[in-house]
Amino acid sequence: MSKRIEVRDLNVYYSKFLAVEGVSLEIEPRSVTAFIGPSGCGKSTFLRTLNRMHEVIPGARVEGEVLIDGNNLYDPDVDPVLVRRQVGMVFQRPNPFPTMSIKENVLAGVKLNNAKISRSDADALVEQSLRGANLWNEVKDRLDRPGSGLSGGQQQRLCIARAIAVSPEVILMDEPCSALDPISTLAIEDLIEELKQQYTIVIVTHNMQQASRVSDKTAFFNIAGTGKPGKLIEYDATTTMFSNPSVKATEDYVSGRFG
Amino acid sequence: MSSAATTIKAKQRPGDRVFSGSAVFAGSMILVTLAAVAIFLIVQSIPALFATSDEASILTTNFWDYVLPLLFGTIWAAALALLMALPVSIGIALFISHYAPRRLASVLGYIVDLLAAVPSVVFGLWGIGVLAPAIQPVYSWLVTNLGWFPLFAGPVSGTGRTILTAAVVLAVMVLPIMTAICREVFLQTPVLHEEAALALGATRWEMIRMSVLPFGRSGIISASVLGLGRALGETMAVAMVLSASGVISFQLLTSVNPSTIAANIALSFPEAYGLNVNVLIATGLILFVVTFAVNAFARWIVSRRKEFSGAN
Repeated sequence: MSKRIEVRDLNVYYSKFLAVEGVSLEIEPRSVTAFIGPSGCGKSTFLRTLNRMHEVIPGARVEGEVLIDGNNLYDPDVDPVLVRRQVGMVFQRPNPFPTMSIKENVLAGVKLNNAKISRSDADALVEQSLRGANLWNEVKDRLDRPGSGLSGGQQQRLCIARAIAVSPEVILMDEPCSALDPISTLAIEDLIEELKQQYTIVIVTHNMQQASRVSDKTAFFNIAGTGKPGKLIEYDATTTMFSNPSVKATEDYVSGRFG
Repeated sequence: MSSAATTIKAKQRPGDRVFSGSAVFAGSMILVTLAAVAIFLIVQSIPALFATSDEASILTTNFWDYVLPLLFGTIWAAALALLMALPVSIGIALFISHYAPRRLASVLGYIVDLLAAVPSVVFGLWGIGVLAPAIQPVYSWLVTNLGWFPLFAGPVSGTGRTILTAAVVLAVMVLPIMTAICREVFLQTPVLHEEAALALGATRWEMIRMSVLPFGRSGIISASVLGLGRALGETMAVAMVLSASGVISFQLLTSVNPSTIAANIALSFPEAYGLNVNVLIATGLILFVVTFAVNAFARWIVSRRKEFSGAN
């Protein structure tokens, strides 16, 4: 189910602007990796290169390699559509499809590419995915109601259910809790802990306590100033990063001296 | 909090007063105009509704027998036009909003808007002078080879000035407004929804089907209604293109075609006198009611699934 991610010398450009420079790191399967850093340091941009979602923005391109189990995502004959089926994504703000019911939302990805699924299989998958996202008990009686009627935290878990329904190998989370209240945040964090058994998870967060709570390894990104490219400053086990980082900037950031 | 709210009173500023006054005035003018038109139509129509052929020479039996074929022709032509224009306008709008490179898209947008500025007389001239003669051989071929299909039954019109030609001209005329509305709505699709679809591994077309079209659905319906409203009321182009006789017929390609209410008023009014004028005004009332009903129907469709819309 889960795969190892290897990034080699990755540069990300928006047209001529170099947004992220020279990132190399390895992410182990079945682990949670957190990206932290001040706003604008390129951590979200970098995250989006891991499933080629940054290409949605006109003019965005990359140099370098992203290998998932040895296969380069940026090989010329790799279809970005297939990459995104392998590498799911959860966004900063919950974005269930407003015109679809809860059930249709969960099945949205499964029914893509003309895939057919029998009614009983679909029902089983909906239950399994919603259980996987810790949402089943809250919504099992209203699966045909619109997904937009749920609370923010429930919507975000619905989005997670939608992402895991297509059985990806990696799940990327771009500040999944930044629009949520503390209780909902806790629910998502518990969920991340469970999802880690099956999936490789990469999470971008502004919340350093969150990074220290949920992640096994942490990567710290920083920029030298506005207009300069973001860089990976330090990447290590989370406990090391928060107790005994080897770079001064990391220590300053995690101890709250800037950012 | 509430006790404070009762004691504090907003200061009346002249700017606020002028603005709210003029806004209320502008708003009420819509109602006044609508009421004035409706009252005029109803008052003038009443004598005609019960007129017989003895009183009004334009009638053969009574008013309803007179207006029914016209009403049919109006709705039939407008529906045909909508049927042709809707898929094309959605296609153009999607191309402009999601497929074309940005520079080409803005040029295309201008051209579509320009098309809306062409006067209907010009479309009428084009229909008579270019479209009808050019399309007549196609009609002949359809009648010869597909004549078994009821809509294409013969005998074929020799001039090409059939209800289908009129519908094509109408379709071209309603295309710009429909395209413009669809394009605006499609462009407003939240990026969040588009990215949600793409991140699930949707292709571009699947992304459009999952996020853009559902989001734009009420906009598409509004566009259709506006287009339909324009097609229902369009006078000049139909009056020029269509060679009409007062029948009810679904056949698209013959020289015996139903006329439309608006075209019939335009063609008959110059020679109308006495109660005949009231009869024509009464047909106008019917058109007014139909257009109203179409609008109401569309609003009902939009509101029916409100909770599933992008609004919440």
